[in-house]
Amino acid sequence: MSISLLIVQILNGLQLGVLLFLIAAGLTLVFGVMDFINLAHGVQYMLGAYLAVMFYALTGSTLLALVLALLAALAFGLFLEFAVFRHLYERDHLDQVIATFGIILFLNQAVKFVWGAAPLSLPIPEMFSGVVVLMPGLTYPIWRLVIIVCGLAVALLLYVLVSRTRFGMLVRAGANNAAMVSALGVDIRRLFMIVFGFGTMLAGFAGIMIAPILSVEPGMGDTILILAFVVIVIGGIGSIRGAFLAALLIGLADTLGRSFAVDILRLVMTPSPARTVGPAIASMLIYLLMALVLYVRPTGLFPPKGR
Amino acid sequence: MTEPVLRLEALQKSFGALTVTNNVTLEVAAGELHAVIGPNGAGKTTLINQISGLLAPDSGRIVFADQDVTALSAPKRAALGLARSFQITSVLPGFSVLENVALAVQARMGSSFRFFGRASAEEALNTPAMAALGEVGLAARADMLAGYLSHGEKRALELAIALAMEPKLLLLDEPMAGVGREESKRLITMLSRLKGRFPILLVEHDMTAVFALADRISVLIYGQILTSGIPDAVRVDPQVIAAYLGEELE
Amino acid sequence: MPLPTSIARREWLPVTLFIAFALLPVAAAFDAETYLLGLFMRVMIFAIAALGLDLLVGYGALVSFGHAAFIGIGAYAVAILASHGVTEAAISLPFALAAATAFAWLTGLVCLRTRGVYFIMITLAFGQMAYFFAGSLAPYGGDDGLTIHTRNTLFGLAAFKHERLFYYIVLGCLIGCYVLCRALVASRFGRVFRGARENPTRMVTLGFEIHHYQLMAYMMSGAFGGFAGFLLANASDFVSPAYMSWQRSGELIIMIIFGGIGTLHGAILGTLAFLLLGEWLSGLTEHWKMIFGPLLVLVVLLARGGLIGLASQLATWWRREHIHSPSGFAYALLRLVRSLRVWLDAKIIGLAGPFRSRSRD
Repeated sequence: MSISLLIVQILNGLQLGVLLFLIAAGLTLVFGVMDFINLAHGVQYMLGAYLAVMFYALTGSTLLALVLALLAALAFGLFLEFAVFRHLYERDHLDQVIATFGIILFLNQAVKFVWGAAPLSLPIPEMFSGVVVLMPGLTYPIWRLVIIVCGLAVALLLYVLVSRTRFGMLVRAGANNAAMVSALGVDIRRLFMIVFGFGTMLAGFAGIMIAPILSVEPGMGDTILILAFVVIVIGGIGSIRGAFLAALLIGLADTLGRSFAVDILRLVMTPSPARTVGPAIASMLIYLLMALVLYVRPTGLFPPKGR
Repeated sequence: MTEPVLRLEALQKSFGALTVTNNVTLEVAAGELHAVIGPNGAGKTTLINQISGLLAPDSGRIVFADQDVTALSAPKRAALGLARSFQITSVLPGFSVLENVALAVQARMGSSFRFFGRASAEEALNTPAMAALGEVGLAARADMLAGYLSHGEKRALELAIALAMEPKLLLLDEPMAGVGREESKRLITMLSRLKGRFPILLVEHDMTAVFALADRISVLIYGQILTSGIPDAVRVDPQVIAAYLGEELE
Repeated sequence: MPLPTSIARREWLPVTLFIAFALLPVAAAFDAETYLLGLFMRVMIFAIAALGLDLLVGYGALVSFGHAAFIGIGAYAVAILASHGVTEAAISLPFALAAATAFAWLTGLVCLRTRGVYFIMITLAFGQMAYFFAGSLAPYGGDDGLTIHTRNTLFGLAAFKHERLFYYIVLGCLIGCYVLCRALVASRFGRVFRGARENPTRMVTLGFEIHHYQLMAYMMSGAFGGFAGFLLANASDFVSPAYMSWQRSGELIIMIIFGGIGTLHGAILGTLAFLLLGEWLSGLTEHWKMIFGPLLVLVVLLARGGLIGLASQLATWWRREHIHSPSGFAYALLRLVRSLRVWLDAKIIGLAGPFRSRSRD
């Protein structure tokens, strides 16, 4: 275990955390304001990645592809909201879970239908390809740093938006009591649509940013969706701040856990069982963390107030 | 002089900057009907919730049946004999009227971890349940779904449920709320029959009922007990008149 | 809310299903026997798990999205013991049940402190935990899964190896589990559990520590899942982490919704419908999930109460009685037709508008 490996893994953990935050933020906003569980949020992320690949194939420019993909992801998300989701807001959570589960089945298959089941890839934009030297002997991919910076910028933007603007005030009020806000004359339908659009754009953005690094394949949204749910449950539903902290916590815990579990266990047991038990514990680590948090605080770190 | 069934000592409860229960000391003697009156927002329901165990006070003691129950959970207090009704009717709407009361009997008898046998056919549960329903005049409605009862009938059902628990103290939270004049008279008659059988702490807004039934009245204003005494004394107390008349003029 | 009906009327459906299941091997003897036997055995096994889930979801409003984990745990118990040479069912079954119940107890202690969507999420996460844990068990196959070379023996007899005999054993288990669930729901315990769903505050003030009842029900539900896993391992001769994926858990919920939650026989019917539909559709096209997905959405939007609810809605509509609940497939169709007519009328009036006012002048 060397310092440079530790630093690299911390940065990787931050990158995963930031990615999780982008997805979890949309999820927690939508759930907080509209009381709507959207399992299909993960496919939003997957679509972002696929659209980026598609537009790159069409335009040949990665940057242009990223922008177009973002717009297309937003458009598709709004279409889904209009066609299916807005009929589910009044329903109970079980109905929402089943219906959005159906959407996942459909879109995962549709993506296979259109683009095939083989994993696709997208090259990193030339400007950001290559590595940067952090320390003598320690390099780190620039694009991953870009993701971290973008993610933090979005977090800051969201913070300003939600706590300093009138729109943010409406969102917070809507999260607290949508019926009252509507009675005060605000077009709640439009508010919901805008909130949903934001959320969808964030997920698509995450997918687009990760496309150059991960392989783009059907079902890529599913695992990250569960992680995002763990994040918002730990952070507290409806809380952007909670989502941010929880996302970083989960990102770091998962990455560092996987890298160093065997090494840490080797301190207390012999190498052979450590090598079997280590990965097992690493895979369970974040769920154990979640169980611990929920045992102490059953509604998360920053629970919704007054509900 | 027997021990009071319920004694509240310096009960205190605040929600942030708002003090809802302010140094409340109260006693319910054996066999008496003690009414608590006060304007809306005085903290009456919060007080009942603290007594029944749904809310924990910030400080103070609650002594019930010679036991300090301040730290006991609500189910344990119910098992000791504390029964309550709710301001907003709280029955099991999908169950029949009989089953609602039979469940209370079942709770009293313990041994609910039985996994076989049709509970709804057990005579040991149904007979006492029917008796309680008879007391409140709902015996004819025994097989109806509780959700379909009228508002006044649901009130009576709550009373039957409380009776089936063979309580040592009955906590009634505004049983007359939203009930019409006819039903209200029936409820008053029912309550006067129950008076004396169990001690009752009655929180109520309806002054006719209060002055018809109460042995003692405590007046709760802004979370504090203003005064406590027999109805005739409270009726002419200038402080009480000022507090209530002041409210009405606004 | 299940309305009071006489036992005979309610039980005709499950009895019919059981008779149909019993007759299948006879009918199948003439054509594609192994395939049909295998398919219906899977239906019955998943129906057992679905019954356990319906107890929680339908009668307790505890939506567990990690139920597949119990199936997987039961199955892995069998496989792990078999890989160490232990194949006697009298050992494997209690072990499988104990493992599943223990997992239910531990996770239930945490999960049941939460409510509503938190409960859904935390059960989902625990299911994932089991999934990843199984996948990391390198000595037991890891991600690839583990083959079982010898099926369990029943007190020394190789009863499970004989396909037809095993089929009837599974059927017997299903009937037993169904009867057990019916008894549980009607018992004193069941009444408290159902009451805790209706009005937890009321139950608490009656003197019931509802957490204890919910935990017990959660453990029982897990035990049913473990039992199904035990049978599944023997039926497929194979276990893999995929048995515990969250998609499997989602499918279990869909099965009970398809049939109608809170009815118990709906769980069996829904499992049958779900698996048969899946088999049929996957035979039609490789992309059958593109049909299945939207179908699910439609079921949720239109057919509340599942197949049982649909059947009773249609029966009521057929008898031209007043339809009480403003939902249900038949009523939705009616509403759709009516609103189409209203919309068309409005459009026509709109089109004619300028002409109409002119003609009045």
